[in-house]
Amino acid sequence: MTSINVRVDGASYSDDVEPRTLLVHYLREQLGKVGTVVGCDTSNCGACTVHLDGQAVKSCTVLAVQADGREVTTIEGLAGGGAPDAALHPVQKAFHEMHGLQCGFCTPGMIMASIDLLNENPSPSETEIREGIEGNLCRCTGYQNIVRAVQQAAGELSGSAGGQA
Amino acid sequence: MIPAPFAYARPTTVDEALQAIADGGEDVKILAGGQSLIPVMRLRLAAPETVVDLDRVDELRGVREDGDALVIGAMTTHADVLHDPLIGQYAPLIAQATETVADRQVRRRGTFGGALAHADPAGDLPSVALALDAEFVIAGPNGRRTVPAADFFVDYLTTALEEGELLVEIRVPKLAGQWGMRYEKFNRVAQAWSIVAVAAAVRREDGHIAEARIGLTNMGPTPLRARATEAALAGAEASAEAIAAAARSAAEGTSPSSDLNGQADYREHLAQVLTRRAVSAAAGL
Ligand SMILES: Cc1cc2nc3c(=O)[nH]c(=O)nc-3n(C[C@H](O)[C@H](O)[C@H](O)COP(=O)(O)OP(=O)(O)OC[C@H]3O[C@@H](n4cnc5c(N)ncnc54)[C@H](O)[C@@H]3O)c2cc1C
Ligand code: FES
Ligand code: FES
Repeated sequence: MTSINVRVDGASYSDDVEPRTLLVHYLREQLGKVGTVVGCDTSNCGACTVHLDGQAVKSCTVLAVQADGREVTTIEGLAGGGAPDAALHPVQKAFHEMHGLQCGFCTPGMIMASIDLLNENPSPSETEIREGIEGNLCRCTGYQNIVRAVQQAAGELSGSAGGQA
Repeated sequence: MIPAPFAYARPTTVDEALQAIADGGEDVKILAGGQSLIPVMRLRLAAPETVVDLDRVDELRGVREDGDALVIGAMTTHADVLHDPLIGQYAPLIAQATETVADRQVRRRGTFGGALAHADPAGDLPSVALALDAEFVIAGPNGRRTVPAADFFVDYLTTALEEGELLVEIRVPKLAGQWGMRYEKFNRVAQAWSIVAVAAAVRREDGHIAEARIGLTNMGPTPLRARATEAALAGAEASAEAIAAAARSAAEGTSPSSDLNGQADYREHLAQVLTRRAVSAAAGL
């Protein structure tokens, strides 16, 4: 066992973990943050995407010990730290309004990857959006409405009317 | 699946890392960005006794100049390579290839040194390092040694790195002025790994091609140089016809595999087409 100190969605945790514990399993099983999901065994699907020190990573391909001393944000920390009546993050809201999901399994990872993209490039073109989320697979939507949701969120986040439906 | 149990070491200097490797027992694995190693450990294709994590060895990160060379720390992430001004200026081929690697999340953690040490035949950076005549600085219990790219890639997933050693940095000769560069890659949309790719650096002089360096990705168990095409291009006119003629020999001396993505003869065809495109673009045509 190795002890780690990590901030997750704004709260501090000190825990003992086995070195082989994947970050996603620590989040889900030790902290109960089941909003982050596992969709594959091969680091391909992106469903497990969280932010590590503000950058999108696949939490199934990071060890929990590697998050020691770092800050993790999951989908559960986006809307006012998870308070029940908190307003949705603009990207969450856009996925809702633009029907950017069907079964919803890819959605937590899609949203975390999209925020990372928008942090780096606040007004991406359609191609840049498709490339920005290439590490996230969706089996349902065909991506069209996901791209529209990211466009709408980009417009809202940059305070312009751009991307309105 | 999750990895089999292992002992974990987290050094903060190269010397501490070498010590941890020496103390780690029979089967030690170095962990860089983990984007190849962790998946392999999850599938239990690797079950090391000790994992030595280089994540906190800060001296291995970053890009600097040293005379005529760029020095790229082994732990510099793909994402950092993409935004590095020195690479953009002196070795844009590396940035072009890195942009095609995997996806944004993998590029945040995966490292330049890890991709080279892993030496996957379909990996994009080995052929680029070979085309640029990079040198590999390796640290071991008895000090440091430098290995040219041509000797670093030994076989499928096998490099000149010996047990107990680690890759510290990669020295890339600065190519500025008349050099043009282009990475051309062919892959499936849902899978970033190259079916075949070609890395070209071309020096132009008075409407002619003075020198061309061409690296091939996934045309054999190791990256290869397209030597016959390079020879045909040396001194040739920088014209579409001359480049197309030279590119016809791009697959000479290669031994591509056949797999679900393509048969060997298809890969040979791709190597010719992508060489023509990469050299044309690098020559400014
Ligand atoms: C979904 C997905 C898609 C990908 N697509 C591509 C792609 O299109 N093109 C591409 O090129 N790559 C691709 N990759 C691989 C990616 O580039 C990896 O980052 C890279 O292959 C390994 O780098 P790493 O830093 O993660 O190394 P790790 O996974 O940590 O290590 C890989 C191997 O190298 C050894 N090693 C690492 N660093 C050192 C060192 N300094 N000294 C000695 N040994 C060392 C390790 O022991 C291990 O055996 C993909 C990966 C994933 C998960
Ligand atoms: S669960 Fe992490 S990439 Fe699929
Ligand atoms: S909504 Fe079902 S996988 Fe994307």
